[in-house]
Amino acid sequence: MKDAAFIALENVRKVYGAGGSTPYTALSDVTLAVDEGELVSIVGPSGCGKSTLLMILAGLTTHEGGTVRIGTEAAPFDPSRDIGMVFQQALLLNWRTILDNVLLPAELLHLPMKPARDRARALLDLVGLGGQEEKYPRQLSGGQRQRVAIARALIHDPRLIMMDEPFGALDALTREKMNLELLRIWEASGKTILFVTHGISEAVLLGSRIAVMTAGPARMAAAIDVDLPYPRTLDMKTHERFGDYTRQVYDLLGMT
Amino acid sequence: MPQTPPPGLGRTLSRYGGPVLAHLAVLALWQAVASLPSMPAYILPSPVETLATLGDPGNAWVSNTLVTATEIVGGFAIAVVVGVGIALLFSWSRTMLDWGMPLLVTLNMIPKVALGPIIIVWMSYGIGTNTVIAFAICFFPIVITTARGLAEIEPEMLYLARSLRATKWQIFRKIQFPGSLPYIFSGMKVAAVLAVAGAIVGEFIGSERGLGYLMLQVQINLDTATMFMCVLLISMIGMLLYGAVDLLERLTFGKEDGG
Repeated sequence: MKDAAFIALENVRKVYGAGGSTPYTALSDVTLAVDEGELVSIVGPSGCGKSTLLMILAGLTTHEGGTVRIGTEAAPFDPSRDIGMVFQQALLLNWRTILDNVLLPAELLHLPMKPARDRARALLDLVGLGGQEEKYPRQLSGGQRQRVAIARALIHDPRLIMMDEPFGALDALTREKMNLELLRIWEASGKTILFVTHGISEAVLLGSRIAVMTAGPARMAAAIDVDLPYPRTLDMKTHERFGDYTRQVYDLLGMT
Repeated sequence: MPQTPPPGLGRTLSRYGGPVLAHLAVLALWQAVASLPSMPAYILPSPVETLATLGDPGNAWVSNTLVTATEIVGGFAIAVVVGVGIALLFSWSRTMLDWGMPLLVTLNMIPKVALGPIIIVWMSYGIGTNTVIAFAICFFPIVITTARGLAEIEPEMLYLARSLRATKWQIFRKIQFPGSLPYIFSGMKVAAVLAVAGAIVGEFIGSERGLGYLMLQVQINLDTATMFMCVLLISMIGMLLYGAVDLLERLTFGKEDGG
């Protein structure tokens, strides 16, 4: 028997204010399967319901139709322990050191603190901030703060990392650098990553697959397999195949 | 020639030299104007004459100053406890916020000073009454700023905490409350200044002790120097209270600004 997918979404539908006078359909029809360990880019225009999709997966909001399944019978998924989230804003607590910021999820989940502290140091090493544990967020650049946010998302060893435009507020060069860093961290950690972005070239560079969503009403247009070898490099962006994938995404978004 | 930052003593001088000089200049100007032959002492007593009033035991400086300080600090302390408490209720209960906040804003429109005579009718006069007036005048800014600080949490931060199934209490203790501290301190600073005004107004309206009471007593004799000394002492109480809040704030946030 073939292994079931790690995440299986079928015809998922989300309506805000259902039954009210002005219901708003945030997602009309989303179908997506993700295998464990995959890095899937989710790309689409503003208002296409990408963030709503992440909230449904995190169990923070309900859905009105379709099925959502994460995990398998052999390895059930615990949404409180198995999800790490990264947002556009790093959301660091100014009054805590970098190390204590990374430890926040461990505290909220009441994990044993001593091993968590060792793990936090190892994760800060992984994201390239070794030796900066005692600094405060104000002393870091925007890119460094996002590195802390990534380390924080990994501290409780979740199986799924959901990133909602994590590099959207960074300048273009820092953003490309962080793309490479994320690929490195992904390969080192082996996590499943859902990466929401509206940067098309970012989506192609990172994802083993790209889920393209369209707005009004929000639905999944298609999923494109990106057959470019890992480890990926920035110069792949100049390759003809990279251009082909980019064009496919533009086509699906109706922008050509 | 290139400018180099002055080290040690030089840097201290360049940082504090200006402010100290400005204060001394005002003091000198005050002394100079007061020394003009045409200037009567009941209009503008000199700094020296003002300080000399401290030697008059009839003014009961120590007890009057202690009374006023008690009213100011007492009213301020109650305002901090009640103000932060009400703001917490607002942040915990949506209904409390929706019903209570507009009501508070309306009540805030009342000039608190105008309540003074009524409070005296209710409580008769004394330290307690003036403490209540000081409290009434300075507790609104604390409620408003604290409530704003508690509401300041980013929606994504809430998602993040909720995705980890954090309890309301965990979110409050680890994220909301520490995040609101800068707001609470700025509210406390405004309140410290207002509490002084509240206590003095109370003493003006009706009292038998305190620096505001003393001012009214000596005013009858045109003893302007003693009145000036009262104003100086009242200001010093306010400065000490403000300074204490400022120190507390520095101690709280000292580390994170370091480096």
